[in-house]
Amino acid sequence: MSAEAAVNYVTETPMEEIERVSAWINSEEYKEKNFARQALVINPPHACQPLGAQMAAHGFEGTLPFVHGSQGCASYYRSTLNRHFREPAPAVSDSMTEDGAVFGGQNNLHEGLENALALYKPKMIAVFTSCMPEVIGDDLTAFIRNAKKKGVVPEDFPTPYANTPSFTGSHIHGYDAMLGSILKYLTEGKQIEGRCTGKLNLIAGCDFNTGNYREYTKILKEFGIPTTFLADISESFDSPLDGTYKIYPGGTKLEDAADSVNGKATITLGPYATAKTFTWIKETYSGAHVALPIPMGIAKTDAFILKLSELFGKPVPASLKADRGRAVDAMTDAHQYIHGKKFALYGDPDYLLGYVSFLLEMGGIPYHILCSKGSKKFEKEMQALLDGSLYGAGCKIYMSKDLWHMRSLLMTEPVDAMIGDTHGKFAARDARIPLFRFGFPIFDRVNKHRYPLVGYQGALNMITEIANKFIDIKDDTCEDRYFEMMR
Amino acid sequence: MSHSNKKIEGITKEFTQAVIDKALDVYPEKARKKRAPHLAPNDPTSGSTCVKSNRKTVPGVMSARGCAYAGAKGVVWGPIRDMVHVSHGPVGCGWYSWGTRRNLMSGINGVNQFGMQFTSDFQEKDIVYGGDKKLKTLLAEAHELFPLAKGISVLSECPVGLIGDDINSVAKQAAKDLDIPVIPCNCEGFRGVSQSLGHHISNDTIRDYIIGTREFAEPSSPYDISLIGDYNIGGDVWSAKALLEEIGLNVKSVWTGDGELEKIAATHTVKLNLIHCYRSMNYMCKVMEEKYGIPWLEFNFFGPTKIRESLRQIAERFDDTIKENVERVIAKYDPIMQAIVDEYKPRLDGKKVMLLVGGLRPRHTIGAYEDLGMVCVGSGYEFAHGDDYERTQPEMPEATVVYDDPSEFEFEQFVHAMKPDLIGSGIKEKYVFQKMGIPFRQMHSWDYSGPYHGYQGFSIFARDIDMAVNSPTWGLVKSPF
Repeated sequence: MSAEAAVNYVTETPMEEIERVSAWINSEEYKEKNFARQALVINPPHACQPLGAQMAAHGFEGTLPFVHGSQGCASYYRSTLNRHFREPAPAVSDSMTEDGAVFGGQNNLHEGLENALALYKPKMIAVFTSCMPEVIGDDLTAFIRNAKKKGVVPEDFPTPYANTPSFTGSHIHGYDAMLGSILKYLTEGKQIEGRCTGKLNLIAGCDFNTGNYREYTKILKEFGIPTTFLADISESFDSPLDGTYKIYPGGTKLEDAADSVNGKATITLGPYATAKTFTWIKETYSGAHVALPIPMGIAKTDAFILKLSELFGKPVPASLKADRGRAVDAMTDAHQYIHGKKFALYGDPDYLLGYVSFLLEMGGIPYHILCSKGSKKFEKEMQALLDGSLYGAGCKIYMSKDLWHMRSLLMTEPVDAMIGDTHGKFAARDARIPLFRFGFPIFDRVNKHRYPLVGYQGALNMITEIANKFIDIKDDTCEDRYFEMMR
Repeated sequence: MSHSNKKIEGITKEFTQAVIDKALDVYPEKARKKRAPHLAPNDPTSGSTCVKSNRKTVPGVMSARGCAYAGAKGVVWGPIRDMVHVSHGPVGCGWYSWGTRRNLMSGINGVNQFGMQFTSDFQEKDIVYGGDKKLKTLLAEAHELFPLAKGISVLSECPVGLIGDDINSVAKQAAKDLDIPVIPCNCEGFRGVSQSLGHHISNDTIRDYIIGTREFAEPSSPYDISLIGDYNIGGDVWSAKALLEEIGLNVKSVWTGDGELEKIAATHTVKLNLIHCYRSMNYMCKVMEEKYGIPWLEFNFFGPTKIRESLRQIAERFDDTIKENVERVIAKYDPIMQAIVDEYKPRLDGKKVMLLVGGLRPRHTIGAYEDLGMVCVGSGYEFAHGDDYERTQPEMPEATVVYDDPSEFEFEQFVHAMKPDLIGSGIKEKYVFQKMGIPFRQMHSWDYSGPYHGYQGFSIFARDIDMAVNSPTWGLVKSPF
């Protein structure tokens, strides 16, 4: 550079440029460039493994989630759960820093375990990793064995652990890893030849809707089927306000979890979020093992209800038949508001299969289906679901894409609404369509996690929200002369 | 700074020390020894700090702290609106910090404003083979898809530093190829003890890559200033800037709330740097003072008392025009502020507040509470240094509890003992205390409200504090059965 280089002045981007680019990012040409991306990921709707691991840990009684890694990671997972549930999310980290990179994280882990035990008096500490120990190759098995040898934690104190590096999978895989690890730990040596608890083990999957857990409980109560949730976050993230703070307000009892290995049957309703755990359960647990899709919509709820009836030899209670009838009644009443409407959907595989199944039953068109972290198996199952319905024709599945891709799709091939989590709100606003917040996380609406989306009640709730929103839009935007009393 | 040596009935040094000792009692010995120096009854007049700070967090204790990356992405770099900020590494860090700080931005999202989540989304193969190639590709992609972005920051997450990637040389080459500033920021989360080092590292990168690279096209004036350390939480910058302009100053750049890269780059030509958040940006104020001879002044725009004091201190640095403007502005707002105080003070008088926030608000907001008749019975920081505590102690009443990087356990103990009517802290603490039936406001994010800065902000602050403390919902907590 010459010594007399011209002074660089502060520039203002000309308005015409801004207008040009504003139009350009909505164009077909831009979409092509956008979809040609090889390296840059923009607005991905998935988080990393340890977040799901922490969720799984919260599902067990008296359990303190323990992040082996940098402290900032724990703060991020905690605040995400705080914001979604508007509830506490207690978890600790062992605050690894630079010296951990040199010496490994064993000292931090041991000191952390000792302090966490003294301060937070848990019944179990569920350890999981963030990036740092995974990159430097910490040996958790040895570290925890050494902790017990040294007497940092009592020999019989439960310390399940999971490797959950953020650079593989997403939060659902971390959920799977931690859940599997906790169950392996607790059930070790608990299988008793000939014993049967007579209970159902219900795995809800990496489901962030406490209302769904309550809906399952309601259904199982109607049936009179004794159940152990693996794992139950419903109280952990939806505890009553009574003037006292309980650090561990809920979760599956550890002895129930231990005895789950002797269950009469185990059902997972989140097959993609619990794939590894369920594979292990099939090899290990007594009784029947069934993987079912999350029961959203009528058909998938029917399948769940029939399976319960079959497994436990009980007729479907009349009350559930009536619930079904009421949900179907609501669907026929409201079909005209949803039929033929096009939707864009994104989220975790289990949720997506549920939304699509429900929409197809309503005559809705799940036009763009985007999964940022899914498998070939999921893609196949989704395609089969679409192929089975007239309303699935022409719908497209986008694997390993993000919400910036989704924005291009909304602009070039518009739809009437989007279903997903809060992160889609910018794209939805640009496309001037409503976003139905059915996924995770929901940072900008209250109580959504308390409204079930599963079962017959869940179908009814989805109809209420979707149909009334379309009616609101009509009322808010129609010309005066078309504004009328009835809709 | 006030040195009024305020006292609160019932709070003595002995009382507070006993509360601290009781909390420490539960710790294993090693942790107790580490924690003890971080907790103390306040001594407003000693002139030295009563607590240790900026030390490693004790493992396993549930700290509120974040990491260096959080300080770089969330605080310093992230709010610059016309740049693409790449969270370089696995997907999580960028995802968690996506839109969760409330540093509002002008402009059109994805066009000339980029409040989005850009990440290299590291996979296992990137850890094994390194991510430099991927970085090179994604920088070109970002430039192509976002042509109006004035620059790109590359914010390293933990793995990047551990696997030995050389983001600095990739950034250097990309800056040349793309002809825009590409700033590498080695802010891996394991560095340092808190967000604070992330602020410092980011300040250093502004020093090394940005400052002095642009000049303002318009002629300079004696009233050119820069607003430093305001991140536009809930619109704070817009309120503060309007007030500074009302007294006749030209706010040439803002660091970094709703910030613009090229204006930040030309800040070396202003006449005075006004700094609100000292903790996160004092480094660059000192650099600009040494290198360009720009003086700097700390100020406080929370609550009418501190605003008035600050405006007069600012006026001292300028001529009679500004001094007259300041008096005129104070005279204009005094009655408006008095009306707010008259409305809310009767409902809040004597109420106690405890604070645990980041690096500024545990001291800067005390005056605003006092304007409403409230008293601060405890305060502390996530990531402050000694100079922050020096500035805090004179603001706090005598013998109230000072806590540095407290564990949630300690904070709970202090709350039980001090019995505040309101707690101002973060999202991780909010629901813990609300479950106890204690009113709470998030004091990082203004609990989805704001702005709280400036005169405009105080009316909102007063309303929010009243709403929190006096909400009828608290009366329903105790069940009659």
